[in-house]
This record gives sequence, structure tokens and C-alpha cells, in this order.
Amino acid sequence: MNERWILFKRNVTDFWRTFRRNKLGLIGAVLVLSAVLVAVFAPAFSPYKPTDVIRDENGRGLTFAPPSVHGPLGTDDAGRDVWTQLVYGARISIMVGFLAGFIAMFIGSLFGITAGYYGGSVDTLLMRITDILLVIPDLPLMLVLVATMRQMDLHISPLIVLVIVIGLLYWTSTARLIRSQVLTIKERQFVARARAIGAGHAHIIRKHILPQIMPLIVANTVLILSTAILVESGLAFLGLGDPTQPSWGTMLNFAFDRSAITNGAWWFYLPPGFAIVWVTLGCVLLGNVLEEMLNPRLTEHHLEGEQHMVSLPDAQSLSGSGSEAVS
Amino acid sequence: MNRRDYLLRKFGLSLVTILVVVIINFLLFRVLPGDPVRSVIGRNVRISAETQKALREQFGLDKPVFPDQFFDTLGQWARGNLGISWSLRRPVSEILISKLGNTLLLIGLGQILAIIFGVLLGLLAGWKRKTAIDVGALTFSLIAWAIPTFWLGIILLAAGSTWLGLPTGGIVSPANTGKPLHTVIPDLARHLILPTLTLTILYLGEYMLIMRSSILEVLSEDYILTAKAKGMSHWQVLRKHALKNAMLPIVTLIALNLGFTVSGAIYIETVFSYDGLGKLFQTALTKQDYPLLQGAFLLLAISVIVANMIADLLYTYLDPRIKAT
Repeated sequence: MNERWILFKRNVTDFWRTFRRNKLGLIGAVLVLSAVLVAVFAPAFSPYKPTDVIRDENGRGLTFAPPSVHGPLGTDDAGRDVWTQLVYGARISIMVGFLAGFIAMFIGSLFGITAGYYGGSVDTLLMRITDILLVIPDLPLMLVLVATMRQMDLHISPLIVLVIVIGLLYWTSTARLIRSQVLTIKERQFVARARAIGAGHAHIIRKHILPQIMPLIVANTVLILSTAILVESGLAFLGLGDPTQPSWGTMLNFAFDRSAITNGAWWFYLPPGFAIVWVTLGCVLLGNVLEEMLNPRLTEHHLEGEQHMVSLPDAQSLSGSGSEAVS
Repeated sequence: MNRRDYLLRKFGLSLVTILVVVIINFLLFRVLPGDPVRSVIGRNVRISAETQKALREQFGLDKPVFPDQFFDTLGQWARGNLGISWSLRRPVSEILISKLGNTLLLIGLGQILAIIFGVLLGLLAGWKRKTAIDVGALTFSLIAWAIPTFWLGIILLAAGSTWLGLPTGGIVSPANTGKPLHTVIPDLARHLILPTLTLTILYLGEYMLIMRSSILEVLSEDYILTAKAKGMSHWQVLRKHALKNAMLPIVTLIALNLGFTVSGAIYIETVFSYDGLGKLFQTALTKQDYPLLQGAFLLLAISVIVANMIADLLYTYLDPRIKAT
């Protein structure tokens, strides 16, 4: 146990040393972490509740008040504080994104490992399923699914419906990635040795395959999170979110439907979008850097550097050196 | 693999995919409360019980769901009968056809522009790797990826209408509605600028990224080194040896992108109230017009699947490596 702890600590230190040098990854980590912190401690960032109506001295609701009149980000069409909604919206957006992302990651890893490890007809079947899912246009499929599920009186929150639908559709890329990785690991010697001494499939997968692909799964999960958050915002914008628990996408749906654009209320339609970009960009930067560190690729190509491979001496220096040689 | 076997396999997979879409569509329609008779009578509840019963029998709803109802429905769909829209009270297929042209115009324009600029910028970025151009191109594609489609649309809509006086929505001005589109081209063009721009910006990044990594891969091949060793200039190497080979993945991407393009059209048409399939889809969604929703889904999904198959076919002609048996 103690030795494993030391090994783990060394791995983490190594990882941190490489990671620290990568500026983009650091930026990504800061973007993601800050958003998560805001989401977790939302009440600490605003004195209001998202449903509170801001009123002027006469007790009338301040509708579409610009930032110069109220708060850091003004008010919406009903006089509610935009900053407060943004902060509480982080909770919904990030929670839905994370839950859906984890479901997708779980299904993708399960399918990828099973397909890659067992091969044969299991592999063919699972890969055909991913092929089929890959061609069906995802947004129309999701819209039809969500619309149907909401109509079915399942008595579950619209947010859970979103989590399920997004989670069930975005695992294909993970499955493919994991599968190809498992295919190469499976052929390595330590797996052959484990098999030779009689280790079972479950043991080999748990003790030899999983630890090898775990870093890749983590990197991929971060990338999936960005997709999930982006997709959630889109579905919510089309009116499939929960109006009582508005995410950033729902805020944009409200802003668009309640003519924030024609009213010039930029403080209502710009911030939620920036928040979405903030988190998705953070996840993409972080995920790409993690993947790059775990999966190094080529660093140079043949047309980099000088135009000519051998430096050609020009006429003057040729004759110059020639005369020198003669004298 | 033999080209014929390859194509047959792709064709078979496309058929299976279409079948899956059809089954999903059929099942979703069945789990909804109420039954398809509602799609005929619409929200008209005053129809007598006898008429409803007669309608049920006419639609075979007294028969078992499988196989009778399933194959009946399949036969109806195959003949282009997708039911009657609840909200618009017209045959779904008729509505879909009337909107198809507008959507094709928008996504066609957007895709062509995105491909042209994406390929050029990707080529430049890969060739001038690690320079300011490359970093700029990568940053752009990253941000384009992270921006929600509809939000970019909203920003461009707000900016374009305030500062450039461009129309805020629709496909032509109210004065020109109903006229054939080719007679009002300048007006149509003004309405197309913002939605097309949104679509182009969004898809450009992806083409650029693929072209960049594709050109990087090609430029690391030994034949590029050989060409360079023969004393060809960079530009000659790129034009004669690299470009053609690097373009191959773009063909696949165009097909794969069709699904995303359809998603993009739904968002963009919603934001710009552009009268196409995407806007129709969104309207059907908010009005809970299920026959329309199902019909639109069927049409969009099958077109994307067929387009993918065509792209696969094209690919086998373009990539000489697939010819080898």
C-alpha cells in the first residue's frame, strides 16, 4: 500500500510538472474550476434570489434596467436581477452537463472496453450500433425524444429528461476511442502473461486494461462535458429546459422570446452566452491538453524550416572561395 | 477490401439505419397518449364516438400493433403519406416540401462558403505551422466550437440589424411575400446575409481543423521530402503533391457534417425566423404538433443517411487505396 502511494504521488508530481508548463491547459482548468466554484457557492455571489423582483423607490418593478441603473448586469423583462440568474443558472447548466457527460462516459467506456476486449461478433455488433447512431442527425432525434418523453407523463423533471437524452446519445466517440486503445493494450505482453497464468477476463480488464485507459477516459470525459453543456444550452434555448430552474440556455430562451434584442437589452442576452463559452472553452482546452499529454503525436513535418535542404552556395561565394583556393 | 463489397456493406448499413429511424419514429408515435386518429381529427373534439370508431377501423387501430399496424404505417410513409398537421391542418408531406427549398438554399450556401474558406485557411495554417497564422486559425476554430450556434446568431442578428440595417428575420420583406423567390433576389440576398454568415462561421472552424491536420499528415510523408529534395518550391509541393491527398478527409467531413448542419439550421432558422424546415421543426415542437414533428424528423434523418451513403460512394472513387483488392 505504501509503495503504491509513493508511486501514485510520483505520477501526480510528474503530471503536474508537465501540466504546469502548458499554459492553455492551465487557462482551461481555471475557467472550469471558477465556474464550478460559482455554481457551488451561488448564494454567496448574490444578495438576491433568482426570482426576486428588483423595485424602484415607488415599488414598481425595474424592467430591462441597464447595468448603469441596477446591479452589475441589469434586470430582465420581469425586473429580476440578471447577475443572480446567471450565478444560479451555473448550477443547472453545469449539473445537467456533468450528469449527462458522466452517463455518456460510462456507456462509452463500457461499450469501448467490451468491443475492444472481446472482439469478434460482439465488437462488430457494438461498432455497428455506434455507426448507426453516428449518422442519425442528433438534434432532431433529441428533440423528438424529449418532446415524447415530456408528453408521456413520466413525472420526472424536464432537467432529468435532458440528462437522460443527452447521456444516451453522446457516447459514440468515447466508445470508439476507448475501443482502439483497448485493442492495442490487449496485444501487449503483460496481458498475455496474465492470461497465461490463468487470469479471468474480469480480472484482466480490472487490473490490466482499466488502469491503462483510465487517463484517456478522464481526458475524454472533460471533452464530453463541453459537448453536454453546449447541447443542454441548445435544447433549453429551444424551450425544452425547466422554466422554474433556468439554466443559461433557458435564460437565452427567455431573452429571445421576450424581445430583449429589439429592446437593446444586451445585458440580458450576452452574459449567458459568455458563461456557456467560458465553461465549454475551459473544458475543451483542458481536455485537449490532457489528451495530448497522454497521447503524444508527431511534432514536426517536412516543410518546416528552411526552403532548401542543403544550403546552396551562391555564385559569388563560390567564385570567392575558388580564388582563395587558387591563391 | 473489394470496392463492391465495401459499397454493399455501406449500403446495407444505411438501410439498417433507415429502418432504425423508421422504428423509432413508429414507436414514439405509439407511446404518446391518445392515438393517431387524433392526428386526423386534429383538436376537433366534437367528432362523434361512432365517427371516431369508424376512423379507428379505417386506420387499422383495432388491429395488433405488430405486424399489422407497423407495416400499414410503413406503407403509408413509403407512399409519402405522413398524416395531417395538427396546427396547420394540411398534409405534413405538402408542408415539408414547401419548406425544403429554403433550407437547402441556406445550408447549401453556408456549407460552400465554409468549405472554401475552411480549406484555404486550414492549408495555410498547416503549412505555416506554429506561426501567428496557425495560432490565430486554431484560436478561431476553438472559439467557434465553443460558441452555441443560436447565441452567435443572436449576436449577429443584434449587431447586423442595429449597425448595418439588415433585416431582423424572415426570408423576404413583407411586401415581397408570396412572390416567386427568383424575382426578388436582392431582397432575398439581404435576408440571407446574416443566417449564412452564422452558418459559415460555425462550420468553417471544423473544416479548417481537419484540413490542417490532414495537410500536416500529408506533409510528413516521404514523397513530400522527395519532392522537396528535387528542388520544388513549397508552393509547387503543396499544389502538385499535398493538396489533392489532403482534401480526401474533407469529403467524409462534408457527409458527417450534414447532421450538424441540420442542427445548425434548426437553431439559425429559429433565431432569424427563416421560413424553412428548421423553423418548422421548432414550431412543431412548441405547438406539440406531433405528426409534423415526426414527419420532419423522418425527412431530415433519411436525407442525412442517404447523403452519407452518397459521400461514401464518392469517397471510393476519390481514394485510390480503396480500389485495391
